[in-house]
Amino acid sequence: MINSLNSIINKYDADPTRLMDILIDVQHKYDCISDEAVTFLADKLNLSEVDIEQTLSFYHFLSKETRGKYTVYLNNSAVAGMFGREAVAKAFEETSGCRFGEVSSDGLIGLFDTSCIGMNDQEPAAIINGTVFTRLTPFRVREIVNGLRKGLDPVDLQDVGLGDGNNNLDIIGAVVNNNIMKIGPVLSRDYKPGEAIRKIIQMSPEEVIREVKHSNIRGRGGAGFPTALKWEFCRNAPGSKRYIFCNADEGEPGTFKDRVILTELPLLLFEGMVVSGYAVGAEEGILYLRYEYKYLQKFLESILKMARRMRYLGKNILGKEGFHFDIRIQFGAGAYVCGEESALIESAEGKRGEPRDRPPFPVEKGYLNQPTVVNNVETLCAAVKVVLKGGEWYRKLGTHDSTGTKLLSVSGDCRFPGVYEVEWGFNVSQILEMVGAEEVQAVQVGGPSGTCVGPEDFNRTLCYTDLATGGSLIIIGKNRDLLRDIVLNFTDFFIEESCGSCTPCRVLTVMMRDKLQKILDGKGCSKDLEDLEDWGKLMRANRCGLGHTAPNPILTSLKNFRHLYEGLIPGKRGFDTGFRMEEALAEGRSLRLEQLKLQDHE
Amino acid sequence: MKNSSHIKSKPVIATTSLAGCFGCHMSLLDIDERILQLAELVEFDKSPINDIKKISRPVDFGLIEGGCCNSENVEVLRHFRDNCKYLVSVGECAMMGGLPAMRNQLSIRECLEEAYLNSPSVQGCNEEGIIPSDDELPILLNKVYPCHEIVKIDYFIPGCPPRADLLWDVLTSLILGTSPKDQYSVFKYD
Amino acid sequence: MNELVNFTIDKKECMSTKGKYLVDAAAENGIYIPTLCNITGIQPRGACRLCTVKVNGKLTTACTTPVYNNMEVENESPELQDLRKSIIELMFADGNHYCPYCEKSGDCELQAIAYRYRVTVPRFPYSFPKREIEAGHPLLAKDHNRCILCKRCIKAVKDDDGRSIFAFARRSHKLTISVDTRLSHVMSPEKAAYAAEICPVGAILLKGAAFKKPIGERKYDKKPIGTELEM
Repeated sequence: MINSLNSIINKYDADPTRLMDILIDVQHKYDCISDEAVTFLADKLNLSEVDIEQTLSFYHFLSKETRGKYTVYLNNSAVAGMFGREAVAKAFEETSGCRFGEVSSDGLIGLFDTSCIGMNDQEPAAIINGTVFTRLTPFRVREIVNGLRKGLDPVDLQDVGLGDGNNNLDIIGAVVNNNIMKIGPVLSRDYKPGEAIRKIIQMSPEEVIREVKHSNIRGRGGAGFPTALKWEFCRNAPGSKRYIFCNADEGEPGTFKDRVILTELPLLLFEGMVVSGYAVGAEEGILYLRYEYKYLQKFLESILKMARRMRYLGKNILGKEGFHFDIRIQFGAGAYVCGEESALIESAEGKRGEPRDRPPFPVEKGYLNQPTVVNNVETLCAAVKVVLKGGEWYRKLGTHDSTGTKLLSVSGDCRFPGVYEVEWGFNVSQILEMVGAEEVQAVQVGGPSGTCVGPEDFNRTLCYTDLATGGSLIIIGKNRDLLRDIVLNFTDFFIEESCGSCTPCRVLTVMMRDKLQKILDGKGCSKDLEDLEDWGKLMRANRCGLGHTAPNPILTSLKNFRHLYEGLIPGKRGFDTGFRMEEALAEGRSLRLEQLKLQDHE
Repeated sequence: MKNSSHIKSKPVIATTSLAGCFGCHMSLLDIDERILQLAELVEFDKSPINDIKKISRPVDFGLIEGGCCNSENVEVLRHFRDNCKYLVSVGECAMMGGLPAMRNQLSIRECLEEAYLNSPSVQGCNEEGIIPSDDELPILLNKVYPCHEIVKIDYFIPGCPPRADLLWDVLTSLILGTSPKDQYSVFKYD
Repeated sequence: MNELVNFTIDKKECMSTKGKYLVDAAAENGIYIPTLCNITGIQPRGACRLCTVKVNGKLTTACTTPVYNNMEVENESPELQDLRKSIIELMFADGNHYCPYCEKSGDCELQAIAYRYRVTVPRFPYSFPKREIEAGHPLLAKDHNRCILCKRCIKAVKDDDGRSIFAFARRSHKLTISVDTRLSHVMSPEKAAYAAEICPVGAILLKGAAFKKPIGERKYDKKPIGTELEM
């Protein structure tokens, strides 16, 4: 073991800021990161054991205990639940002989829940040792588990046929489908690699920023910060080096559009990073890629290699003297909060993904304390088009405040789930019609952190000033139990994904969930609804967006579907602590009976 | 009619100790000679102090010492809630379970086995390994509950026990309808 | 370099050095902003959120926000008072805080701030979590029942090589502090005493040092926390 640990450490120059990469490699090799390995790494990296463990224990896909020869991560997002996850989970448990959260007694199979893996358009889905399985049924599960028992590799069990587009390439070889349903300027087929780079090297970096500024493009991750401004701040901030990060951590349940871009247009994305690097004056780009998309690693690395060959990356790019830029891939290891830019940077530095305090902002002090731009995958792709076709062209798309197009990830109760590139300004009704959704009870706009709207809001438009969204649209049909199937699931998601640092986020989300459960159990009272509203407001005291939006599933459903809550409160009563004598006595009663029996016996 | 409404009867107080140690009641006696003033201001109904066992009339202020650890505690607490205009949690146990709630980290079985079978203090004195049990004994709740997690509580007087001065301050202000002095030095949790 | 800036807290004119953290700048001006995770002089981390103020109308933490000219700070509004009270209540409801038998009672900052805000019972239900007490370290005991995860020990106590003796482990509501077994065994008595001292609650305890001060003479027995700097 020592030899291979040494070679892993040496691969990353024994650099503690590369701890994520080191831990991921160790996990891969041994199915776990044992106490022994922790001690060894600590000594070699001059860290303490708890330093190693604080990073290790933060991430969902890293573990000190073995997770089995084959580790099944079954998505537990709400949409998976809508399409039969429960039966699939049961089939996994029955065939492998262990419960979720456990490893089978022969050590062969481990079963674990996981947050949305970016396959909401083809649920239920699971990842087994890096291989993605979509559209699972109990029948498929039995085939897969039996195959694993026979010693087959997960890769060889994809006998339902590979997916469309590049998914079909040997180097990816995934059963995943792109489900591209509507193409716009970003996804269009007219992309010619290198064209934008050729153009910008004739321009000054300031001119590039000016062009992007003119387009009015804003960040596509959801927060909507003006892209050019971010570049400008970073360019002007003092620092010895600058960094471009592409945020490919799309973890918002129901979002999968970055998966499609990474599969079909990786070169467009990398070109966007080069453009951004040129504008900002950075020489190093880092693609922070969520672990769930590890199946794309070899493919993306081959594209990077090709880009270097084409001289889109490397020294003196396309002959431009002094224009150096290269890209490496940094994997995450399962943490939604790392989609927050400062948490992403912390993670890339080998630490826990805890968002930083601001100021300073990442554009001033980011990665390794240097000025850093973090842009969404889609933003960088759109920037390439802006550079090529001009800011003026771009700002004519969409609305005045929200220019350009948006890639929507549509899932849930509709006939045609998938990725739709639309101009900003569509209203919800139009989109529902477009995707073939009828009998709609609610639409979750922007994923769990967004807004749950009902039919009275279907005339509202998608844009930064009305219904802002990072692109996730989950359609919830009339037959669904909105509070149990959706709101509770989303709240559990936020509980699981909190970094835990801020008191309200760590503690209050759990208490709000318990309160919702109390109402669902028929023990609610009108005071509980007031409490939920008041408590939700306290969450604004948290540091980051996750903490601010964690109460949204409850708050927005309470606002827009109050009747569902009120219907669960018997007799509209105003006060009920939820205490039930019979429940509180159950354990004591059975013990009493047991003791009395013993006494009789004697 | 008009006259009779002027002859207001004194407010009635009742007190009880649930899963507590009677320390809060002792602290009430610690108001010393002011107890005579209190006796002039109010009438006492059920209370361990006068040994009246049952609430006999509508009560204005019910003082609860101790949290709820068994079925009987809950019944008494509910009886107080039904018969008292204002209910006051007095002391840490009533307010948060207090020391009895240390068992809330254990199952009832673990708790009883520790108490009667395993702890060093019972070694050698319970050879048959008996855990006392009888239908006459109240049944234990799954955990020790603060009173306000079972019924509505109107006021809280913290302390273990609440300082006599704090009890006096809060009680007199409740009875007279004045605002309490709210002195920092007597507002304590220990 | 020491540029002076003028700003207001609750409309009161204040003056301090540019870049100083608001919580310290306020203290210079005789204004107390409660904190539990902050230690003056050590890089703040805004973990407990207790010092939440409004700066130019936006919520932020005073321990992480540097002061600048013309900054308008809201500190003691009913909304912020209630927010702080609720955070204190959350901590009490989330842990197992049995003041009557805690060694830190009277010297505990969590308790003292709760006294200051006259917290009686939390608006949140008590969760009575099952947590451990670690007594295996030679000089220290770590009682997770009382830990409020403020990060003070993590930030302030390192070994001579800068390695962590205390660190976070896990995340979400499962977050906990772990103590490095190897390093805690070679920790100096001075460092151990410092760790116990900066712990705002009774979660890090120096072995054999409990209940030295009689009731009435403890730090917060007579005067509320913060009054020492209030004018």
